[in-house]
Amino acid sequence: MLALPLAGLFTPLLEPLQYGFMQRSLIIAVLVGLVCSLVGCYLMVRRLALLGDAISHSVLPGLAIAFWLGGNIFVGAFIAGIISTLLIAWIQVRSPIKEDAAMGIVFSAFFAFGITLITVIQKHNKIDLNHFLFGNILGVTIADVRDTAIIAAIVVGVIFLIYKELLFFTFDPLGAEAAGLPVHLLNFGLMALIALTVVASLKAVGVVLVLALLITPGATAYLLVTRLHQMMALGAGFGIAASVSGMYLSYWFNVPSGPAIVLVAFTGFMLAILFSPRYGVLTQPRSRSPISPIWQELKNLLPF
Amino acid sequence: MHTVATLSHHPAALIRVNHLGVQYREVNALEDVTVTIQPGRLTGLIGPNGAGKSTLVKAMLGMAPVVQGMVLYGDRPLAEQRHRVAYVPQRTQVDWTYPATVWDVVMMGRVRPTGWFQPFSVTSRQLAAAALERVGMMTYRDRPIGQLSGGQQQRVFLARSLAQAAEIFCFDEPFVGVDQKTEAVLFEVFQELAAAGKTVLVVNHDLGESITHFDDLILLNRTLVASGPRQQVLNAMNLERAYGGQVQFFAAEAA
Repeated sequence: MLALPLAGLFTPLLEPLQYGFMQRSLIIAVLVGLVCSLVGCYLMVRRLALLGDAISHSVLPGLAIAFWLGGNIFVGAFIAGIISTLLIAWIQVRSPIKEDAAMGIVFSAFFAFGITLITVIQKHNKIDLNHFLFGNILGVTIADVRDTAIIAAIVVGVIFLIYKELLFFTFDPLGAEAAGLPVHLLNFGLMALIALTVVASLKAVGVVLVLALLITPGATAYLLVTRLHQMMALGAGFGIAASVSGMYLSYWFNVPSGPAIVLVAFTGFMLAILFSPRYGVLTQPRSRSPISPIWQELKNLLPF
Repeated sequence: MHTVATLSHHPAALIRVNHLGVQYREVNALEDVTVTIQPGRLTGLIGPNGAGKSTLVKAMLGMAPVVQGMVLYGDRPLAEQRHRVAYVPQRTQVDWTYPATVWDVVMMGRVRPTGWFQPFSVTSRQLAAAALERVGMMTYRDRPIGQLSGGQQQRVFLARSLAQAAEIFCFDEPFVGVDQKTEAVLFEVFQELAAAGKTVLVVNHDLGESITHFDDLILLNRTLVASGPRQQVLNAMNLERAYGGQVQFFAAEAA
């Protein structure tokens, strides 16, 4: 008797799984949610959130060229992402231009070049620019799943192997360099991990929104725990939860998967900022004023 | 009272800075600095703001654009022997909202000695624990670093350098914004390290009473003004040359 209503409860969850494309996209969602959150934690603690955005926009021309030449678009995208980080670093070293400006200059130029290329290619081939910009997780192939799994394995493996060096380097680059760690190599390795992660996430969320999946889960976890590995573990949980539930929302309500995933992640972040034991707006012990804390927060936001 | 700095058995060598010049783009940060730093003595690096004190330390370690000269430790460049160095940057150089505990930071001192792909050994944990104990921060072991006062942060950094079990210790402005207790702990530990035959170089800008803790001084202003035992360096003429005018300094026991 109990089995029937229970089965009814799970139908919305199980029903999509009978489709092959949905199985594939859910696997990708889990992998992407995992690697984005792990790598994003490093971006956040290094205050390089914008770099995630820069790399993700910069992969577009590589993607287009690889598609044009009939190569692996993941490889093309990765190469373009790496070239853009090298260019950003070069501008910083060779001129008084600061990092944020250098990133803005490089990523918008790469993005523009990518859009131009794709528009030209579109005239001869049937590809949809929107799929690159916003993701098309429902169109993933077995080959995509395989490539994403390989990238995820590399990223997780590298982080696991050099965790303690990356911790030292990201907390205190000078101290790490003075201790004799190869900081330039570590920095480049981190950039390569970010580029790989962005490339792996293209199908799921697209270049425009991948930043959210990189930053938001880690930031949510940062509000709740105090050590980097805890932040990464919890962030990975949040990232996976967001991308899987975003996928289901996309299926049920026929909305694009990228935006659905990002909005779920954002909802989680807002819950954390309101209810986190240490930083939560609504859980903070405050003076016994009769004014509701929400009203108090709103009042603080007003400029007068 | 137990000391932590007892691991290495190399005969202590001099650090020899020979005609060192450092240039950032068009700015000459240091010119023709020649000085030796002795093991077993507490050496203070003093000079006005912008004198290149931090730059000299970084250049010694190969972390600044050296355009001329060299820095030797024993018979090889110091920059190639960074594993013998414990360097503590200015406290404000790092982000103290970083998600780490006191223990995490102290264990960073064991990253290089541990080596790639290796987990921390029991010895490493013991060294880190002894270092934390020595600076009086053991009870804060699991505290997030964001919750520490400035002095406590500095003591955690000190513990990290002790845990490295290095031969050469370089501290950049460790006394800025710290409490009395921390200042006392810092000088105690510096003197213990010097007594154990280590090379201890401390960047400092304060010419007050605390200056009397140093054995040797290096007085710098873009180039070397004076160096040697404190009593020889600390006189009105040298300070006027370095600071370009009259400066107050602590001379109570000048002899």
